Amino acid sequence: MKPTSPIDRRSFLKAAGLTGTGLFLGFSASANGALTNLSHDPKAVLSFELHPFIVIDNAGTITLINHRPDMGQGSWQAVPTMIAEELEVSLDQIQIRQSNGLRKYGDQLSGGSSTVRTGWKRLREAGAAAREMFRQAAATRWNASLNECYAEMGTIKHRPTGKVLAYGALVDDAAKLPVPKDLRLKAKKDFKLIGKAIPRPDIPQKVTGKAVFGMDIDVPGMLYASMEHSPVIHGKVVSIDDSQAKKIPGVKAVFKAERPMPHRTSEAVAVVATNYWAALQGRRALKIQWDNAGYDQTMTTERYYKELREKAGQPVAPYNTIGDFTATYEAAPKKLEGLYETPFLAHAPMEPEVAVAHVKDDGSCEVWAPVQGPDGTIEQVAGYLKIPAEQVKINVPFLGGGFGRKAYLDFVLEAVTLSKQVKAPVKLVWTREDDITQGPYRPGMLSAMRGAVDAQGNLVAFEHKLIGESIQRQVFRAPLGEKADDWAGEAINQEESPYAFPNATIGWRNVQTDIPIVWWRSVYPSSSSFGHESFIDELAHAAGKDPLSFRLALLEKKEDEVAKRFVTVLKTLREKARWDQPLPAGAGKGVAIARSFGSICAHAFFVSKNGNGVKINRVVSVLDCGIYVNPDNVRAQTEGNIVYGLTAAIKNGITITNGRADQTNFHNYPVLRMDEMPVSIDMHIIENEEAPGGVGEPGLPPVAPALCNAIFSATGKRIRKLPFDLNAV
Amino acid sequence: MASISLTVNGKKHTLETDPQMPLLWAVRDVIGLKGTKFGCGMAQCGACTVHLDGRPIRSCVTPVSAVANKKIITIEGIGTEANLHPVQKAWIDEQVPQCGYCQSGQIMAAVALLKDKPNPTDADIDTAMRGHICRCGTYNRIRKAIHTAAAMTKETASTGK
Repeated sequence: MKPTSPIDRRSFLKAAGLTGTGLFLGFSASANGALTNLSHDPKAVLSFELHPFIVIDNAGTITLINHRPDMGQGSWQAVPTMIAEELEVSLDQIQIRQSNGLRKYGDQLSGGSSTVRTGWKRLREAGAAAREMFRQAAATRWNASLNECYAEMGTIKHRPTGKVLAYGALVDDAAKLPVPKDLRLKAKKDFKLIGKAIPRPDIPQKVTGKAVFGMDIDVPGMLYASMEHSPVIHGKVVSIDDSQAKKIPGVKAVFKAERPMPHRTSEAVAVVATNYWAALQGRRALKIQWDNAGYDQTMTTERYYKELREKAGQPVAPYNTIGDFTATYEAAPKKLEGLYETPFLAHAPMEPEVAVAHVKDDGSCEVWAPVQGPDGTIEQVAGYLKIPAEQVKINVPFLGGGFGRKAYLDFVLEAVTLSKQVKAPVKLVWTREDDITQGPYRPGMLSAMRGAVDAQGNLVAFEHKLIGESIQRQVFRAPLGEKADDWAGEAINQEESPYAFPNATIGWRNVQTDIPIVWWRSVYPSSSSFGHESFIDELAHAAGKDPLSFRLALLEKKEDEVAKRFVTVLKTLREKARWDQPLPAGAGKGVAIARSFGSICAHAFFVSKNGNGVKINRVVSVLDCGIYVNPDNVRAQTEGNIVYGLTAAIKNGITITNGRADQTNFHNYPVLRMDEMPVSIDMHIIENEEAPGGVGEPGLPPVAPALCNAIFSATGKRIRKLPFDLNAV
Repeated sequence: MASISLTVNGKKHTLETDPQMPLLWAVRDVIGLKGTKFGCGMAQCGACTVHLDGRPIRSCVTPVSAVANKKIITIEGIGTEANLHPVQKAWIDEQVPQCGYCQSGQIMAAVALLKDKPNPTDADIDTAMRGHICRCGTYNRIRKAIHTAAAMTKETASTGK
C-alpha cells in the first residue's frame, strides 16, 4: 500500500448529514483537542477531513479513502474513482488509503459484489459536496460570483480572469463552510473517469514485489506461529507430547489453543517461535492424541449427499409457486427429470490465511490482517476479547485473493488468542494444507429438477428444488425453521430468473451438516445455476428447439424490466458469438445465463471432441452490469470468473471421508493452469444507463452450465454431476 | 545452526540459521525481502520462484544450505517502478495482476523464459508457465504480456534504445 502520511493533527469533521446514507459524520474529540495546540505554528501542514472519505491538507495532498479491502477485484481504484469524478481531480493527483474499520466509513465488507453498487450515489455525492465547498471558498476569496468559478484538476478556476487556486490553498476556508445539499451529479455522458479504462494504481507495486499483503506484515518484537488443527474437524485434544517440538531451536512455546469459528470453537495446538520455519518444524514434531468426538463416523460428504438425494422427492419451502406444477407435470406428454450435484469447494486464495495480532498490556488489541471487512473484524475481535470496540485497531493491507474466505475470521481470532497467551505480537500463518483441509467450504448442493413440454414443444411445467446446507443457518445460527433461505434463492427465483413458466415450483430444502461452510465466489448461484440452466437446456432439446431461441421465447413473454435485459443480453450473445453459424462435425455449443448480485451474465461455450473428452475452443461472454467504472476491470473480473468457474466444474472438489478432507494441497486439489485455458475468451459489456450491478461474481454462475450444455451438443452426453473430467466425458 | 553466505540481488548476506530452512523463509523473514511469496510449500504453485544463477527455482523447497555461496535474484532484483524490466512493463501495459499475490513468481518465470526464448510460441509459454497458479485467473493476460515483452525486447534490440 502506498502510505499516505498527511499529518493528521487537525480535522474538521462536519456534523451534518452529507450524504444521508450511512456515512457517519461527527466531531472527533482527539482531533479537536489538537486544534488549539497547532494554531501557533503557521507552517504546519494541516490535514482537513472534509468528509470521512476525503482528506486534503494545506500542502495540497489529496487522500481518498477506499473503504472496501482490495482482494483483486479493483475496489482500490473503483472507490476513489467515484469520488474523484465529482471532486474534479485526476487519479494521478490522489493518494489512496484503506479504511481502518471506523464506523464513519460505513459498511466496509468486500462481499456480494457490492462496492460500486452501494457506493455509487453516496461516494459521488461526497466528491460533489467537497467540490462545491471549494467553489464557494474561491468565490468568497475572489469576491466573485459562484457561477464564474468552476472546478478542474484539483483547482478552482475563475472563468473571466483566469485566476486559479489549488484545493490545498482553499481547504482551510472550505472546511469552515456548511456542507451543501441538493447536489446535482453528472450525467453518464459527462464522466471523465468513470467508464474509462484507466490503468489501475495498484498494479505497478504488484509487479515489483513492493505491494504489501497480509503475509508481508512485520511488527517489532513479533513472534511466529503455526497451529495444528484437528485433522477431523471439531476433534478435541486428548494429550500433547511436545518434547521433540521444544528441542527445535527458536521454539518458544507450545500450548493448547482454539479455533474460534463464528458458530462454534474447536480445539488446536499452537507452536510459537522466533521464526516461522521453527514454528513449522515444531508443529511437525508434535505428537498429539485427538478425540474425534464421533465426527469421524458422522461427518462425511458421502453421507451428506445421500441425505440430499433422499430429500429430493420431498416438498420444499417455495420461493415461487406458479400455477399448478404437479397437475400439469403429471398430465404432460413429455416429462423430464434430473438430479444435479455440485461439490464442496475450498476457496484456496493464493495467499493462505494469515494474521498478525498484538494484545497489549493495557488490554487493547491491534490487528494487521488481510480481511474482507475491517469493521466486522473490529466487532469480532472486541466481542472475542470482551473489550470495547474503541480498543481494537485494525490495519488492512492488500489481500492475496479472498473469494469469500477472508470474511470468515477464525484465523484472525486465532492470532488474537495466541498473542494474548504469549504477551507479544504474533503472526499466525496457515499452511496450504490448513487452508484446504480445514474449511470452511462452499457447500455441496443438489438441484432436483423436473419439467415437461407439451406436444407443440412449449414448456408447460418447471420445478427446481435446491437442497443443501444453509450458510445463514450454520454460520449465523439464523432461525430459518421451515422457511426458504432467502440467500439461496438468488439466481433461480422468478425475480432473478424471469422465465415465463406457466406452472412452476422453485424452492429450498435444508439438509444440515457439521462440515464447516461459508460463502464462496458467487455463493449459492455458483451451484444452483448449474441445475437451473442445464435443465432449461434439457427441456429445449426435448422440445426440439434451439436452446438460445427457447430461452428467448420464455423471456419475451415477460413484461418486466429484468426479463427485457435478459433478452438484450441473449440477443447480443447470439450476434457476438455467431451462435447461428453451423458447426463442424464433433463440435458443440452451449449457452447459459444468470442474474446474480445485480448483474446479468451469459456465456456461450464452443467445444469439440478431443479423444475421449472435449476441448474448449472459444468462450464468448456478455455482461449487463449497468453503468460500470472501469471496463478493463470488468473484463478482468469476468475472465477471472470463467477461470474460477471452470476449476469448480472440472477439477477436484473437497470430499470428506471419516471426518477428514481427502484433499490437502494443489497436487490433489488441482486448479486450472495456463495450458488448460480456453484459447479465446471474448467479452462484451452491454452499454446502458442502468444503476451499477456487481462485477466480481456474476460472471461465474453461468460457466458450468454453458460448458456442460456445449458438451451435450457435441457428444450427446448430459453431465449432471460436478466436477467431471474434461478428458473423459 | 550454521553460518551460510549467499548473494541476493547482488548483495552478500551471511545468515546464522538452520541449514534446512527453505530459501523462501530466509529471503522473506531473515533478509527481509517480502516480494517472494509463500503459496503452497511443496513446489506446486510457483509463487515462491526466484532465480538461482539465472534459472528459476522454487524457493519453498530449496534448503538455504543448497544455495550457499550462490547468486540469487528475487523480484526486487528484476526492476523497480522507476526502472522497470520489459516484462514488468508489459505486465502493466496488459494490466495483468488482480490480487497480485502470484505475480512475482509469474514474472520470475517469464523473465527466465524470455532469456532462453526471446520469441516464445504459445506452446513455449504453456511449458514455462504451467507450474504457476493464479486463482484470480489472469492466465490469458500473462500470455499476452509475455508476447508484448518479447516484442518490446526485440524493438529495443533493433533500435538500440
